[in-house]
Amino acid sequence: MNSTAPSSFLGYRRRDGRVGIRDVAIAVYLVECARVVAEAIATGLEEVHVIGFSGCYPSTYAHGMLEQLCTHPNVGAVALVSLGCEGFDREQLAEVIAASGRPVTTLVIQQVGGTRATIARGRAWLQQTKAEAVGRQAQLGLSDLVVGTICGGSDGTSGITANPVVGRVFDRLVAAGGTAIFEETGELIGCEHHMASRAVTTGLAHEIEARVAKAARYYEAMGHGSFSPGNAEGGLTTLEEKALGAYSKSGTGPIHGVVTPGQRVPGPGLYLLDVVPEGAPRWGFPNINDNAEIAELIACGAHLVLFTTGRGSVVGSAISPVVKVCANPDTYRRMSEDMDVDAGRILEGAASLDLVADELIDVIRATAAGGPTASEGLGHREFVLTYKSSEPTGPSCLPTAR
Amino acid sequence: MSAAAADPGRGERITPTLLALAAGDDVLIATRNLDPGRHHTSAGAVVVVLEPVALGHKVASRPIAAGEHVVRYGMPIGSATTAIAAGAWVHTHNLASDYIATIARRGGQR
Repeated sequence: MNSTAPSSFLGYRRRDGRVGIRDVAIAVYLVECARVVAEAIATGLEEVHVIGFSGCYPSTYAHGMLEQLCTHPNVGAVALVSLGCEGFDREQLAEVIAASGRPVTTLVIQQVGGTRATIARGRAWLQQTKAEAVGRQAQLGLSDLVVGTICGGSDGTSGITANPVVGRVFDRLVAAGGTAIFEETGELIGCEHHMASRAVTTGLAHEIEARVAKAARYYEAMGHGSFSPGNAEGGLTTLEEKALGAYSKSGTGPIHGVVTPGQRVPGPGLYLLDVVPEGAPRWGFPNINDNAEIAELIACGAHLVLFTTGRGSVVGSAISPVVKVCANPDTYRRMSEDMDVDAGRILEGAASLDLVADELIDVIRATAAGGPTASEGLGHREFVLTYKSSEPTGPSCLPTAR
Repeated sequence: MSAAAADPGRGERITPTLLALAAGDDVLIATRNLDPGRHHTSAGAVVVVLEPVALGHKVASRPIAAGEHVVRYGMPIGSATTAIAAGAWVHTHNLASDYIATIARRGGQR
């Protein structure tokens, strides 16, 4: 990556005042029965992504997630695709999207007259809407960005190279007035006291400790920590060892608040996304895979997601670009076309953490300006949304004044 | 670091293959796939590695007794389930979580 990425870049200003770095239209299926029609609507159209919810029974969590995703700053237009008889409240979702100023249409397959007719109508609407889009014209800088981070396919190198690189980038992003989100309370077990010491208020410190304790109880009840066989094959032995490495993604600065899935971050600063539901397990694992977590980071407002990997992940996401930071030099050599940044060089003494952090800042700017990430170029647009419960955090978790 | 010996210092360029993350750590990280034998640490010591250790995996920097906390980067990452010799590979066969047990895929050990 060159080091001449501009310090400001052009993005998209939405009618609700938010600014985005992509202009994605989305086809949204509101039940599995509408998924194939939504996919056919999007096929071959540039920058039309598919997201949705497969369940037929209503879900407050899924509804909240889709509200945030459909009004995400990277999203310019929304086509809702409903079979017609499912439980999802499509009218309410459409109202929220319309109130944000984004063009929205609702296609009910049973009313439009089946598969072919719905596909034709959806494609025509999207083509017309995309033709009317205004393009990049908002001058943006790092302070406008909301950046999330996740680690996936972690190994013994993740916590030494890629994760601390992201930590340095987060420190610099927040110092520049931007917003950073790290996540997975269940992957921070063992780090709660140190994390609490970074909280900006004592109330927040107590919340952080209580939420990690809750996560430990939840995973214990599930009988399985957030730890995969690949983690062990890569040299990580215990949950707390993995957590220690994961924690370094958060950098060293003050923690300003805690949010939950479907809750938009309220302002600049560093936030912890608590992905673990309250109470006894009801719907299964807090997130069934990395993409379920990426979707939650994006729903919090993340314009892009920094994904650190040691074993080598290939995924991207709908709506927001995913930047791959590869921790392991062997993995990078094997899978370089899937990676954006080679942090494994640090392990071999070929680069310092600060040098790779500079490089990652450049990649963030270039990506925000429109340059495709490796996963975007390869067509990765994964999306996962399942049943879950989630309650927004209260005042003790949110900064009052900054 | 009781397994360490002073570097003989014959003037050749030494490439450390074991990363010492923090002073006083009980484990060192392999920066490449290691064969048994003498290996240099990033802190300037030498450790005799007792068995093959894969990149990213851990090597004991000192003898560790069963039940002792094992410290990496200054933080405990679990407790030893058996005595561990200096230079031995440290992994799921001799180290366990103090929180939630690790589940490995059968045959997945490297």
